[in-house]
Amino acid sequence: MSFKIVVLAKQVPDTRNVGKDAMKADGTVNRSALPAIFNPEDLHALEQALRIKDRMEDAEIIILTMGPPRAAEIIREAMYRGADSGYLLTDRKFAGSDTLATSYAISLAVKNIKPHLIIAGRQAIDGDTAQVGPQVAEKLNIPQVTYCEEVLDVSDDELTIKRRLERGVETVKCKTPLLITVHSSAPACRPRHAKLLMKFKHARTVSELQEETKDYTEMMTNKPYLRIEEWSVADLDADTEFLGLSGSPTKVKKIENVVLAKKDSVELTTDDKDIDYLMKELIDSHVIG
Amino acid sequence: MNNIFVYCEIEDGHVAEVSLELLTKGRKLANEIDRKLEAVVIGHNLTGIEKQIFPFGVDVIHVADNSRLYPFLTLPHAEIVVNLFNEEQPEIALFGATSVGRDLAPRVASALKCGLTADCTSLMFGDHTENKTGKEYKNLLYQIRPAFGGNIIATIINPDTRPQMATVREGVMKKEVFSATHKGEIKHVNVDTILNEGHMAVQIVERHIEKQKINIKGAPIIISGGYGVGSKETFDLLFELAELLGGEVGASRAAVDAGFVDHARQVGQTGITVRPKLYIACGISGAVQHTAGMNESAKIISINNDPKAPINQIADYVINGNVADVIPKMIKFYKHNTK
Repeated sequence: MSFKIVVLAKQVPDTRNVGKDAMKADGTVNRSALPAIFNPEDLHALEQALRIKDRMEDAEIIILTMGPPRAAEIIREAMYRGADSGYLLTDRKFAGSDTLATSYAISLAVKNIKPHLIIAGRQAIDGDTAQVGPQVAEKLNIPQVTYCEEVLDVSDDELTIKRRLERGVETVKCKTPLLITVHSSAPACRPRHAKLLMKFKHARTVSELQEETKDYTEMMTNKPYLRIEEWSVADLDADTEFLGLSGSPTKVKKIENVVLAKKDSVELTTDDKDIDYLMKELIDSHVIG
Repeated sequence: MNNIFVYCEIEDGHVAEVSLELLTKGRKLANEIDRKLEAVVIGHNLTGIEKQIFPFGVDVIHVADNSRLYPFLTLPHAEIVVNLFNEEQPEIALFGATSVGRDLAPRVASALKCGLTADCTSLMFGDHTENKTGKEYKNLLYQIRPAFGGNIIATIINPDTRPQMATVREGVMKKEVFSATHKGEIKHVNVDTILNEGHMAVQIVERHIEKQKINIKGAPIIISGGYGVGSKETFDLLFELAELLGGEVGASRAAVDAGFVDHARQVGQTGITVRPKLYIACGISGAVQHTAGMNESAKIISINNDPKAPINQIADYVINGNVADVIPKMIKFYKHNTK
């Protein structure tokens, strides 16, 4: 039996490079102005999985993501870098999920896959909560090791992991099954591999195949690895009360655009006299010096 | 019952700063709705720990003292907190947004099936009416945090689940002693009846914690750089000015992500909150994620070649120009005009 690793990944809007057109005039976020990307720390998580696969011949990497149909893009991206297969959880009934409802849905999908190890990024850049990893572990009733920097050693039933904390490092050991979350200080993910890109560029979900004009029937039959599994609520053994909005205890009461109270600022140029004036003010008022 | 709980982190026999800040906030919240403030302390060799905690106005301290509980491990700490919360039914539970709190709180929230809001920058009470049902709620905890990379501010509520849980970063709340002579009650948790072998699944092999080397939180002057600084080399100018003025170098998240400086210097919602007497923002555009961590600085100077940078709005002085041109001029003037 292979050593199954599930990597949890999320497609997120690239909130790091928000341009001036990212906010609409009414103060809401203009999602279309932000490119959708592979959540950065989830790529670090994928790299840790790939490093385990480098060492263990029978390791198998399965990407699991939840999102709209287009999130299949990140499953392909992971395949180009070495993942073996992927599952996309997609259903309107998941809409409005907070971290608790998300974790519940993901934990049910993980139960279907029955991996030895689950690896996730520490947090996603659109929410920065770092909650889904630990909550999936709790729902599965397995241990969690967060803030991982490196998997030092792995065997069929035990991992040794280095964690990066605020003021130092910690090395821990834990038996599988286990969930770990990977910190951004871990090594970056290896790039796409040309051969894998060729192999998986036609990987598709059922929904994507329906959109294709080309006939994929023969290709999908001959190359079953091109099939990206798509799961809806019906594929999970779910209590629907705990999914989506109804399963989300947190509610957004209010969203505000940020309005900074305008101060009467003194405008200066880079001229020597302006800088000298400023420095003299600061020294005279004992702010500096 | 229905009181306000703060999980207190312990490192080397000391209660963490962030926990004391949360106790201060917790005391104020408890007064507003006339509840008690209770602290949860989990660790080993905790005799006398109450001396650090009672002065912050704590009414009850729950102490779980056992050799299996230090250093911090997720499973035993979570089990004890979940047990305690099931018995005590807190109204609100606060955790530091540290590698401990952000590991523990989600696990606890999941077990209790209740809502949790990470990295809050403000906590206050407010009312709420559910649109569909017309149901009214009094004194819900408004959990306010920047979201979406800090481009918007969201107010989150948990109308129907308890406790209302939140994490808060160090430095966001102010630490104030309530009364040096305040005393409360100590309750001991019976650890042996709660923990079993399964909770000890994770073993610590080695642990190396250093004293914090970079301390921008306490610095009176902070020269902070953003992505607009452009390079590590230009950051060196910021370090030079900081050393000259007796300050520290801070950074925006974008500058840290770009690898210009160490993460320990990051100011903002996902970094450190600072209140220096002078904050010089160099090439920082001023996303909320950043300004949330520095807008209480006494004086703010913005150096930016974009006259429309949002940070200019809150700056006392705006210098329209390149960081690499301005900083050397500041250094030169200061050297010539002070001893």
